Amino acid sequence: MTRDEAFFQFLLRMGDNTLILGHRVSEWCGHAPVLEEDIALANTALDLIGQTQMWLGLAGEVQGEGKSADDLAFLRDAWDFRNVLLVEMPNGDFGRTLMRQFLFDAWHSIMLTRLRDSKDARVAAIAEKAGKEVTYHLERSGDTVIGLGDGTDESHARMQEALDYLWPYVGEMFEGDAVDAEMAEAGIAPDPSGLRADYDALVGRVLAKATLTIPDSRFAHKGGRNGRMHTEHLGHLLTQMQWLQRAYPGATW
Amino acid sequence: MYAQMIKSEATKDDPEKLVAFQARIDADEKIEPKDWMPEGYRKTLIRQIGQHAHSEIVGQLPEGNWITRAPTLERKAILLAKVQDEAGHGLYLYCAAETLGVSRDELTEMLLDGRMKYSSIFNYPTLNWADIGAVGWLVDGAAIMNQVPLQRTSFGPYSRAMIRICKEESFHQRQGYDAIRKMAEGTPEQKKMAQDALNRFWYPSLMMFGPSDKDSVHSEQSMAWKIKINTNDELRQKFVDQTVPQAEYLGLTIPDPDLKWNEESGHYDFSEPDWSEFFDVIKGNGPCNVDRLAARNKAWDDGKWVRDGLLAHAQKRKAAKVAAE
Repeated sequence: MTRDEAFFQFLLRMGDNTLILGHRVSEWCGHAPVLEEDIALANTALDLIGQTQMWLGLAGEVQGEGKSADDLAFLRDAWDFRNVLLVEMPNGDFGRTLMRQFLFDAWHSIMLTRLRDSKDARVAAIAEKAGKEVTYHLERSGDTVIGLGDGTDESHARMQEALDYLWPYVGEMFEGDAVDAEMAEAGIAPDPSGLRADYDALVGRVLAKATLTIPDSRFAHKGGRNGRMHTEHLGHLLTQMQWLQRAYPGATW
Repeated sequence: MYAQMIKSEATKDDPEKLVAFQARIDADEKIEPKDWMPEGYRKTLIRQIGQHAHSEIVGQLPEGNWITRAPTLERKAILLAKVQDEAGHGLYLYCAAETLGVSRDELTEMLLDGRMKYSSIFNYPTLNWADIGAVGWLVDGAAIMNQVPLQRTSFGPYSRAMIRICKEESFHQRQGYDAIRKMAEGTPEQKKMAQDALNRFWYPSLMMFGPSDKDSVHSEQSMAWKIKINTNDELRQKFVDQTVPQAEYLGLTIPDPDLKWNEESGHYDFSEPDWSEFFDVIKGNGPCNVDRLAARNKAWDDGKWVRDGLLAHAQKRKAAKVAAE
């Protein structure tokens, strides 16, 4: 694996995470529990899609085959996606959606903070811009997790259930491989395992305030970020997302 | 029915106060929430602003229908931004209505149990991607036609909300026209989608201005109060005059064989929409009425535990703060 091949994989991981999560969040449009949440969810999805344009745009550049961010988003099949499994999990109820968002935002904000020091100026610039948006995402998802965890008995039970369901998808975000080793050596991106301590501290603080119990297991479902085995959910998501581009190849929109 | 109710309530108001109120309106003064106002004025405004707010909220559904299928990342981002704006408009409008003494939750309940309406246009489906362009171009275009004069409406909070909303709506209309233009200039299939969208949205867009002046029950009093500035027919004509050249530029055909320029009047002659269809839609028999309301009811019911949970948490924090002091 050359450095550029590893760099391309790294950029796909960043861009596919934001693309797939942005898609999931956008599914809420018009269906949120309260108007302010409709606005906040649309805003989060919008930020994530904007970040996707930057990451996948750079990925196309690094790949050097003349592909645009749209080509990468709409014309790859499931096995070529490199997002973590967490972000492709279905929305479930509002509690599960917000828990998924919080578990991802916590990782995302730590990752972007590290990427601001990337030796690749383009990566550092994207991280700088995205980092500001994600600081707000984390503040909001964290506050909501606390509010619902420490709300009524019902909201507490639902949030605990959401945490139990999603926790096995957390570990994948910290699994390093040859791509990560190459990126770390080049000074482009940190090794993901190095983010875990900060993550545990942050997540532990918020979940304690939310009166929620972190499951006593480090078992991790894996296979998204290396494309070996996605969940069954991703294929369905892609049939929707990619439909127009696939049905009318070559058209411009 | 409603107009009758308003009339009977209006007559209960002190005649001297009514005369003074009308004088302020005639002098183009803005009426503010704490000022005296006739009960009919208040009720009419609650109905109109509430209905407008509900339209913004229900309007998220036909557009949201295509967010997950938007064909490019840029189109997806634009559509998300637009739908987010619509929800924001709903928020300003509910706030404006609240200044008249009705809460957002009360208005929401009235939408959900069918006591209040929303714009009939959102009871039509969005079936192909060009519909998203058509909604921006025609539906937002018609909405702007209605709303620009309302920036001068007599009730201060409503007028100020309209000024803000109109700025964003004109961006919405431009993006819609741009999206449908791309398709009208695209492949034969894309052009077919664009024409199909225009065929389905043309008459429902004309209906957005409401029934013909002779059949409009709310017009006369509302115009005297400057809650309504132009008549339905004036605005509809203006919309047709503006839109026909835009359709010609796109190379699309407006689905009206009788549409033609009238040299004498300086306007286009056009066919009236099928008003029996309009009244059917208003009564709940449009293609999507049941689904739209069901979706809003489901969102509200499913979200109850969230609203309750956040409220309970806020109360706990408040209690803890008081205990600490």
